[in-house]
Amino acid sequence: MSRAVFTRFHLRERIRDRDAAVYGILLIAALLFPIIDIYATGGTADVSQATRAGYFVLLAIGLNVVVGFAGLLDLGYAAFFAIGAYTYALLASPQLASSPAHHAVHINFWILIFVSMFAAGAAGAILGFPTLRLRGDYLAIVTLGFGEIVPQLFYNFDQWTGGINAVGIIDQPHLPFWIQGPWSGDGPFQIVSNFNFNGDPLAFYVLIVILTGIAVVLVSNLYRSRLGRAWMAIREDEVAAAAMGINTVTTKLLAFGIGASFSGFAGAFYAADVSLVSPDNFLFIVSITVLVMVVLGGMGNISGVIIGALVLYFLVFYLIPGLPENAKNLANSVGLGSLNSKSGDWPGLAEEIGRLNFIIYGAILVGMMLLRPQGILPSRVREQELKHAAVQEEEAVVELTHAS
Amino acid sequence: MSLPDYGFYVLCATAVVLLAAQAVLHPTEFVQICIFGLTQGSIYALVALGYTMVYGIIELINFAHGDVFTLGAYVGSTILGFFAISEGGFSTVNLVALLLAFPVVMLVMGGINVAIERVAYRPLRNAPRLAPLITAIGMSFFLEGIMFLWHGPATVHFPDILPRVATTIAGVFFGFKDVFVVVTAAILVSLLAIFINRTKLGKAMRATAQDRDAAQLMGIDINRTIAATFFIGAVLAGAGGMIWGLYYNTVYYQLGFRSGLIAFTAAVFGGIGNIPGAALGGLIIGLIAAFSDSYLGSKWTQVVVFGILIGVLVFRPTGLLGMRVPEK
Repeated sequence: MSRAVFTRFHLRERIRDRDAAVYGILLIAALLFPIIDIYATGGTADVSQATRAGYFVLLAIGLNVVVGFAGLLDLGYAAFFAIGAYTYALLASPQLASSPAHHAVHINFWILIFVSMFAAGAAGAILGFPTLRLRGDYLAIVTLGFGEIVPQLFYNFDQWTGGINAVGIIDQPHLPFWIQGPWSGDGPFQIVSNFNFNGDPLAFYVLIVILTGIAVVLVSNLYRSRLGRAWMAIREDEVAAAAMGINTVTTKLLAFGIGASFSGFAGAFYAADVSLVSPDNFLFIVSITVLVMVVLGGMGNISGVIIGALVLYFLVFYLIPGLPENAKNLANSVGLGSLNSKSGDWPGLAEEIGRLNFIIYGAILVGMMLLRPQGILPSRVREQELKHAAVQEEEAVVELTHAS
Repeated sequence: MSLPDYGFYVLCATAVVLLAAQAVLHPTEFVQICIFGLTQGSIYALVALGYTMVYGIIELINFAHGDVFTLGAYVGSTILGFFAISEGGFSTVNLVALLLAFPVVMLVMGGINVAIERVAYRPLRNAPRLAPLITAIGMSFFLEGIMFLWHGPATVHFPDILPRVATTIAGVFFGFKDVFVVVTAAILVSLLAIFINRTKLGKAMRATAQDRDAAQLMGIDINRTIAATFFIGAVLAGAGGMIWGLYYNTVYYQLGFRSGLIAFTAAVFGGIGNIPGAALGGLIIGLIAAFSDSYLGSKWTQVVVFGILIGVLVFRPTGLLGMRVPEK
């Protein structure tokens, strides 16, 4: 008995240590990365890549609330991302001038980011209200259908959204008015040259790091709250949770809505950063990529999910697209340059490797799940549960064999 | 029944009334659309059967199934290319090529699907539910990648070797192709029904779907039964791919994703895990898609089909023919 208590105590210590270490390393890396990178490469291309990785991190943190904490499988998460992005894009661009409304709307980024968050959360609640009573797989299918419908709707209502032509020239964020003054802009007391973002990758990078930090604090607190414990209870056994007095529908609805609102938040940021929003950016592949980030990182563990998102982002958007070029250079440098030229059916090495993208991505998904179904950094609590379940199963098997 | 339930039924009734009005006002056009819908629906039914069988037996949404269907069309196109077929007409060579290509494609696809199950799903049978789902998606990308590598991103021509015989009855156009598609699909579905209901392996499949542990205790080889399910599902999907190719004469590597989702909707519509339900669901979804294509415009079809999917799951989660299953 005392030994069990000791082990448990020890375990808690270790959980805290590991998370603190991961967050510390991530924070230092996030601060050092732009300095070193700009110094080394002289450009900011990598910084904007990192910003893009940042909103995937935000998305993964949000989906983790739904899938990891509450155990609800959401296969249409990109739909909420789209709703957030379009909310910002329509209310902060000249787009509505050419719509039946005839008036362009330009609302401040800092207000709209919460409006987008609310819009996506509300969409999540509206979708969730009738569907959260469904059991696991059916919910997955409903969200899948929703994820297919939403981009198509943005595409179809082209009078408002521009359809396939996308919404462009989206406003950039700028800092609130009271921070501007004689010390900003081009005035005589200029200390900080510019408080407008004006597409400056570094400004967006700083913003996404701050937003991610806030998101992590919020979600960790949620996880430790009464609501977080209710989510876990539902994830483990819904019937038992209901018997313990948890209102399962409200609790699940909250998970769904909160998860969706994170997506809306990330969507608004995305629209401001990329300044171009088209329905094609929110297809099934985005939902799947974010889901894989959550699973790869270790469902339910926030630090793990962040790592998963960064690793997968690096693989899918940096390493795999860069492969053809690298292979071409490699072939040239080892004297196989002839492979790079087209001949007959052979489209050239770079093209051929470019065609392999899908296969590589598919193989990564399958291999990763076969080798480490629990993810890179699984939640310790969950890991223990899985081990416990495995031991129980083994014991049951042993009992059965003895009985027979 | 609550208010939204009534709303849903009122919506369905309105749609039916509007369609009936169309049927009365423009009967020829209406019948023509029905024929197209049934043809398309027969193919969806063939694909939906694979989804429903796999879901019924291991509760996995096999995302790779739509791509097995597309790969069937790719393989079929290659096999037909080996023969001296005459396109746009009909000859003895065409008939021989067809009779050979169908079983070969079906067997090849069956083998591939069994291999996929062996590699990507069997090791994860006792893992958390999300793991096989993600390997299924990975396999889907993998198959799409193979087709992409094989023929590139452009659409691929599928030999047009069916006779172009057609008649017009009371203004309605009947092509040989339409009849061919519906009849072939009907034969395959009947064979499947006989197999499931009359053979020992079919019985084993039903038993495994009902209760895997109990079936195992009764001496059923679970691994073999599940592999057989994947084999048969892919056989039907491969045939579906061949038929799709023969009917539309063009395929592309991402065809399986969209049509797979629609076929999956059909499976859910009919009651997932229910074999006659999947066939019926396929036909109905084919009809609905055809109506939506012609009356609303094809850009709304996806919204309509997935809207129906959500509506069915919310208001009748067990589908048209499904039975209420307690949560395991």
